[in-house]
Amino acid sequence: MKKLLNTLYITRQDTYLHKERETIIIKQGDQKLGQFPALTVGNIVCFGQVTVSPPLMGYCGEQGIAISYYTEQGKFLARIYGRQVGNVLLRRTQYRFADDQQKVISLAKLIVGAKIANSRYVYLRQIRNHGESSSLQLISDRLANCLSRCEQVNDYQQLLGLEGEAALAYFSGLNELIRNNEFSFSTRVRRPPTDPINALLSFVYSIITQECLSALLGVGLDPFVGFLHKERPGRPSLALDLLEEFRAAWADRFVLTLINRKQLTSKDFVQEASGAVHLTDYARKTLFAAYQARKQEEIIHPYLQERVQIGLLPHCQALLLARYMRGDLEYYPPYLVK
Amino acid sequence: MLINEDNYLPISALQHYAFCPRQCALINIEQAWAENFWTAEGRLLHERVDGGEAEQRGYFRTERSVAVISHRLKINGKLDLLEITGRHPKKYFPVEYKRGKPKIENWDKVQLCAQVFCLEEMRNIEINEAAIWYWKTRKREYMIIDQSLRDLTEKIIIDTHEMIESGITPKPTFSKRCLSCSLIDLCEPKIIQNDQSKNYINGIFKV
Repeated sequence: MKKLLNTLYITRQDTYLHKERETIIIKQGDQKLGQFPALTVGNIVCFGQVTVSPPLMGYCGEQGIAISYYTEQGKFLARIYGRQVGNVLLRRTQYRFADDQQKVISLAKLIVGAKIANSRYVYLRQIRNHGESSSLQLISDRLANCLSRCEQVNDYQQLLGLEGEAALAYFSGLNELIRNNEFSFSTRVRRPPTDPINALLSFVYSIITQECLSALLGVGLDPFVGFLHKERPGRPSLALDLLEEFRAAWADRFVLTLINRKQLTSKDFVQEASGAVHLTDYARKTLFAAYQARKQEEIIHPYLQERVQIGLLPHCQALLLARYMRGDLEYYPPYLVK
Repeated sequence: MLINEDNYLPISALQHYAFCPRQCALINIEQAWAENFWTAEGRLLHERVDGGEAEQRGYFRTERSVAVISHRLKINGKLDLLEITGRHPKKYFPVEYKRGKPKIENWDKVQLCAQVFCLEEMRNIEINEAAIWYWKTRKREYMIIDQSLRDLTEKIIIDTHEMIESGITPKPTFSKRCLSCSLIDLCEPKIIQNDQSKNYINGIFKV
């Protein structure tokens, strides 16, 4: 498998990034904050007032290093990506697949199936590690029921309904997995999140979505043409499709770990007058450090049967998806927690 | 008449095809490229070889990175070094630079022969001899461009054209040579050769 490259998250305000020989230098005023060999960097993510020099941008484009810009609060703004990789034949195949209802439904079904199976696994694991719980067992059973119905579905609207039903069941038990009495979770709220757990979930989903987007571009697929997610201007539908497989297994469990290990406390969140909740600078820094460490952890990929780092999962899945579309594989094997 | 050169093959594709048709398709159809130790070493070697002015010493002239083309075979590429001696007739002697050592297989010879085809067509001459210089042995290996090599090279050119026109990347067969291929991570020969996706997806819905 390819090498897992680092992501540089620049959260400090008024910083300036530039290139010196084959390294990336981060400065604030005249003070040098850090210097990294460009070879080891795959992504640069800038929050708020961060300036990147044009020569560094050009170099990143050449080397396939993506630069993306977010507001200080973490809202995605823009991305700079170099020469398009892959070829038009694959993208056309992808578009033809997206126009073919039979292909759309069969692929979307696999993605939803994997999503439900992975959600259920969160509860199975909890029961295994922390003992029998009738309420959690009930959720697991309901998810199992959704899963077996998912296999029979042959209609897009029905599939969406099933996905919604499974998500509702899944989130209904999430509060029981929180072992830190500073926090609680009742229901999933987005745009804006109004409690810390929802703020964390939204934040982590958006980070992983961007990684899925990069991975798809990297194998030559168009991240904006999806199957489960329909196209909408500005929405990276295929990246969101890919994210589904990772939500429960990777994103949610990462958020729970941060909270349960008390790496974050209620002081790490700010509530605005509107009720919207977001992370403080410090919390974001803690999160990124933990996230980078998590990405280094190795698992055995369930389909490839190879040791891969968690951070490479988006690439693995993008690669398998491309291989499926090219006709190398009969079916797309989504990521399943084992 | 305007000649459409869109569908011309790069000569390098022939060597890739001879090594592995799937590798050739990954590079020329799927536009994939990845560097590993061997490709990086080759690139550095060529940075040294390429460029530089043509040199003329009496009736001996050397030119580097010479662009060549054959409209008959629809191929084009570059010659590393071309030595031209004599006056009437001039003798053309192409030299290809290679990173490794002489190989058992014909890949390097095929590439050289394709370059010879181009030169012959461009200058309307016949070339019977050429050489490959190997970095490891630091020696020239002289090659006779005989009929059997010409036949083999023409066949590979036709096959490669056909594959690229089809736009279909052939399935892999895993072998020892995969281990030295820089595209192994994109190709995933073992996984594709042994397609278990049907079993795998059935497992998703098992409760």
